[in-house]
Amino acid sequence: MARAALPGRLNWQLGRVVDTIQETHRAKSLVLDLPNWPGHRAGQHVDIRLTSDDGYQAQRGYSIASAPEDDGVTLTVDRLEGGEVSPYLTDVVEPGDEIEVRGPIGGYFVWDALLSGPLLLVSGGSGIVPMRAMLRHWAAARPPVKVRLLHSARSLDDVIYRDEVMRLAAFDEADVRIALTRVWPEGWRGHRGRIDREFLLDASWAPKDEPRIYVCGPTGFVEAAAAALVENGQRPETIKTERFGPTGG
Amino acid sequence: VTYLLDGNAIAGDLFAAFGREMTDVVGKCGNCGTASAVAELCVYPRAPGAVARCPTCDVVVMVVVTIGGGCHVHLPALELQEPA
Repeated sequence: MARAALPGRLNWQLGRVVDTIQETHRAKSLVLDLPNWPGHRAGQHVDIRLTSDDGYQAQRGYSIASAPEDDGVTLTVDRLEGGEVSPYLTDVVEPGDEIEVRGPIGGYFVWDALLSGPLLLVSGGSGIVPMRAMLRHWAAARPPVKVRLLHSARSLDDVIYRDEVMRLAAFDEADVRIALTRVWPEGWRGHRGRIDREFLLDASWAPKDEPRIYVCGPTGFVEAAAAALVENGQRPETIKTERFGPTGG
Repeated sequence: VTYLLDGNAIAGDLFAAFGREMTDVVGKCGNCGTASAVAELCVYPRAPGAVARCPTCDVVVMVVVTIGGGCHVHLPALELQEPA
């Protein structure tokens, strides 16, 4: 049984990597065993800290990809070329290794199955990681709300958790729509190009249905999508955003 | 190149500094009066510390610097309110 963290404290702890999963050619998931994990909410993240032999430290935030109901805490790391931290996590770390973690962190970009309203998730690239935690939480709790994922990636091979989100689309209450921006397979019937205002208008619930909207991805993606949603009449206070970006990789 | 993120990117350091989750706390800009969740602030994480600006008027409302394992937060123009 996990010990509860001290209230008001956010302590670094060692997590043991129990499994790694290559999700795409760039993205890799690390499943961590964290003995002092107090539990988390879907959408939260952790900070990871690496310390070199000379004492130099680098710290980065990574979204949690697993649901509160899952065993272990899964992070998915997008490998940034030339980065300080992500290539180490994707290329060097292996099961049995220990890494320094603090978390869970975040009280804004979180979703709970007790919340009302249909759930609209809009993600670009590795912005799908916190959405996957929300989708798995939804699938585990099965609340009476519909969920829809609108995801943008360069190509089908770049869609992280592709098989899992496609399986989710088999539920009546769940819907997944993929936009491919660069390369699409022959006969591709999904959206071609960026997630734009027309696509969002077609794929979103009307404002009167009071959707809860979460947008996550690179800064440019988030700002364009959030602005288009507002132009389409969605109320700004129903839209929560989280921007991903290279803070050093 | 300066990268623009948001308050979610400094949530861990803020938790460490304030002793509690801060991203859903609302702060009122001392310049233009806009009330934003800390998560909604515009954050430039690569300065010598992280610089947070008001999403409406762009004035610097918060600076976060980590030195020697300690995290220091300056609030030149942000009045923090209780979480909703």
